Amino acid sequence: MEFGPIWRAMMRNKGGYLLIALQIAVTMAVMVNAIAIMQERSIKMARPSGIDEANTFSLVSVGFKPDMEEKALIQEDLDLLRNLPGVVNAVETNSFPLRQGGWSEGLHREPGVGKSVSSSAIYFVDEHGLETFALNLIDGKNFSPEQVVWDSDSDDFWPATVIITQALAEDLYPDHEGSYVGKAFWFNDDNPANIVGVVETLQAPWPTWTGVERSMLVPLRRESEFARYVVRTEPGYRDEVLAEAEELLSSSNKDRIIRGVETATDARKMAYLGDGAMIKMLSFIVILLTCITGLGIVGLASFSVARRTRQIGIRRALGATKPAIVRYFMLENFLISSIGIVTGGILAVALNVVMVQAFALTPLAWYVIPVAMLVLWIVGQAAVAGPARKASGISPAIATRSS
Amino acid sequence: MFRYYLKLGTLSIRANPVLSALMVAAIAVGIGACMTIVTVRHVMSGNPIEHKDSQLYHVQVDNWNPDDPYDDPDGAPVQVTYLDAKALFDANRAFRQTTSFKTARVVQPDGEDARPFQEDSRATTADFFPMFDVPFQFGSGWDRSSDETQERVVVLSKELNEKLFGGEDSVGRALMLNDEPYRVSGVIDTWNPVPKYYDVNNNPFEDPAQLFLPFSLAVANSFDNNGNTSCWKPIPDGAGREGFLNSECIWIQMWVELQNASAKQDYMNFLDAYVEEQKLLGRFPRPLNNHLRTPSEWMEYNEVVDEDVDVLLGLAVLFLTVCLLNTIGLLLAKAMRRSKDTSLRRALGASKTELFKQHVIEAGMIGMAGGLLGVGMTWLGLRGIENIFVEYDFIQHLVRMDWSMVMLAVALAIASALGAALYPTWRTCNITPASHLRLQ
Repeated sequence: MEFGPIWRAMMRNKGGYLLIALQIAVTMAVMVNAIAIMQERSIKMARPSGIDEANTFSLVSVGFKPDMEEKALIQEDLDLLRNLPGVVNAVETNSFPLRQGGWSEGLHREPGVGKSVSSSAIYFVDEHGLETFALNLIDGKNFSPEQVVWDSDSDDFWPATVIITQALAEDLYPDHEGSYVGKAFWFNDDNPANIVGVVETLQAPWPTWTGVERSMLVPLRRESEFARYVVRTEPGYRDEVLAEAEELLSSSNKDRIIRGVETATDARKMAYLGDGAMIKMLSFIVILLTCITGLGIVGLASFSVARRTRQIGIRRALGATKPAIVRYFMLENFLISSIGIVTGGILAVALNVVMVQAFALTPLAWYVIPVAMLVLWIVGQAAVAGPARKASGISPAIATRSS
Repeated sequence: MFRYYLKLGTLSIRANPVLSALMVAAIAVGIGACMTIVTVRHVMSGNPIEHKDSQLYHVQVDNWNPDDPYDDPDGAPVQVTYLDAKALFDANRAFRQTTSFKTARVVQPDGEDARPFQEDSRATTADFFPMFDVPFQFGSGWDRSSDETQERVVVLSKELNEKLFGGEDSVGRALMLNDEPYRVSGVIDTWNPVPKYYDVNNNPFEDPAQLFLPFSLAVANSFDNNGNTSCWKPIPDGAGREGFLNSECIWIQMWVELQNASAKQDYMNFLDAYVEEQKLLGRFPRPLNNHLRTPSEWMEYNEVVDEDVDVLLGLAVLFLTVCLLNTIGLLLAKAMRRSKDTSLRRALGASKTELFKQHVIEAGMIGMAGGLLGVGMTWLGLRGIENIFVEYDFIQHLVRMDWSMVMLAVALAIASALGAALYPTWRTCNITPASHLRLQ
């Protein structure tokens, strides 16, 4: 191979080559870190919320007349909704996954006020909550209708029974093996909350929260002028039922307004808008950066060919074949790229360490580095191919001309 | 000589159109990427009430759990309890003071067919309007006496006034909210501080409330709090609304206006004395941890600027670096190609300084072109951001480019081009006279 002469020729014009190597190195560092962030975000976006997103929607009833029969209205609304054709089930609740607003509580393993050991999102539901949210109950059983209480009927604010997610159970009792059903914990006071069921997945309403997998169903109903209904429909019936439900509730009682009609699909879109945007912007940056670096290589290689026209002519006159000339430039680029890519690998790791420390980012996966290396090698070779072929087309007769 | 060098520069740029275009494009794209993020960050980290930054203070007192700080390691709660809001407000020790929270009301317009609709509202006190320099189109805020009497009085946004009263002067007119009649006391002129410094909970970039009404009225009639409520100490079972108002739950934002440093010191002493007094009553189990933070400090403390913006800014700066390395490489290649001209000029008597000037002027021209194109690129970048975030109704406020950003873009481009030109120029200036004149 011709590494030796190529290397020695490069050393005579260090500045120019160093610049390209440096450019490739920084490109590599940015690319690797951007890919690492994009990967982190897509993993985040792919997490299931636990509910039947494609067939679920929500709407809110806000009463505005004083002295409304709130409890009766909620019951009436639920009857209307549950009897609509195409509806699987409906529930009145405070929030749902992906909504980005809700209720959370610190939890304790002992009664009384102390330092909480875990925290959880709370969904207030009745016995229809499990089916409306399409949850997979992996242990225990659903609330019985008798376990559901209205806060106005009871002095105890917190009901005695809860259904929690597997993730919350594991966080509450890290050393426990076997069933969590029958265990208890406390909400900042003296009344135990007894676990009657465990569901596989039910995300908290805030996708950005680190404890997003920790949530629970609490069989408590509250009388309020503000009622949020979540409705699950048969597959394919969502939009039809949504329009019907909005119309039905709006006309059934004029002392309230129906607002906040939103599908779970829309809620997901809003909840992950920032992450989706980050992926879009970063891919744009990576593509643009690769193009700029590629164009830079094309520009500089063209220059180098133009400057060395006579040399190339002489080499050709002395018997070098066209492929030999192409190979020269390809090898030269391979050498520079390699220096840049190896430096870039180190730079990428350093940048990642800095970013992980400064921001709440996940460290990059090792295999992103070899992938980025490969991409940049290919880009380099592809960029230099054009000028190299042009160089190989230089006629040997050039050597005979002066200047 | 300046004009001569300008001419030489133009000639040189024309002689290598593709290469020059590539350099201009590289600078423009780098500047565009960088300035897009800088512009968004500039708006997000802006302070709409900068002129009163040394007079307005957000009040924090630490009533939290002795075993578990509100924010690790020792952050005080970001809102106050009703107990403290009322006591501090009634003490009336600041020049101006306001307690407020976010709520919502159902507006019932006149007319048979008119459909009621809900609007975001803010329950606050009379001083809110003068404290935050709220501009009025008609009328004014309510009197301090309305705070005491729980009068049904309301201030409307310009937008809502247009919707309800066709933009007329509606001061004194009646308005039904949740079946209760209110009197309009004023209509706010266009007012949309970004970020919404007086309440950075939930979303600091959302539009301001459409309705403002007295805090005392909202509390007495149990209007819902649509902001955050956080509690650490259980409320006794069955204590109801009264129990909530007397609880350690935080849900109110309190601001005071203090005209100078000594007034601030006095108020701080007053807060400390208040907390000490409450400690005797068995409240405030944590160490003294009171804070008065200015709007800028408050936004900083609450990390109003999204972390992703800083990540993007870092990557955009590196992006610009790549673009500049690219430009340096191309300038160097260009300079080397002109070695012959350069050595001829040197041989004919041009000094290194003159050559330096010539090349710097040429680089400046490329930088200027790159900067102007970069402003265009920034505009495109901002439109891109607006497009990506189109579902956020506040995004339009974050993608505005002001003159300072345009100037910064051009300055950054010229500085970048000059910086990029240094090494190639230095190499050029070191070409010895006549060295390239012999036949190769």
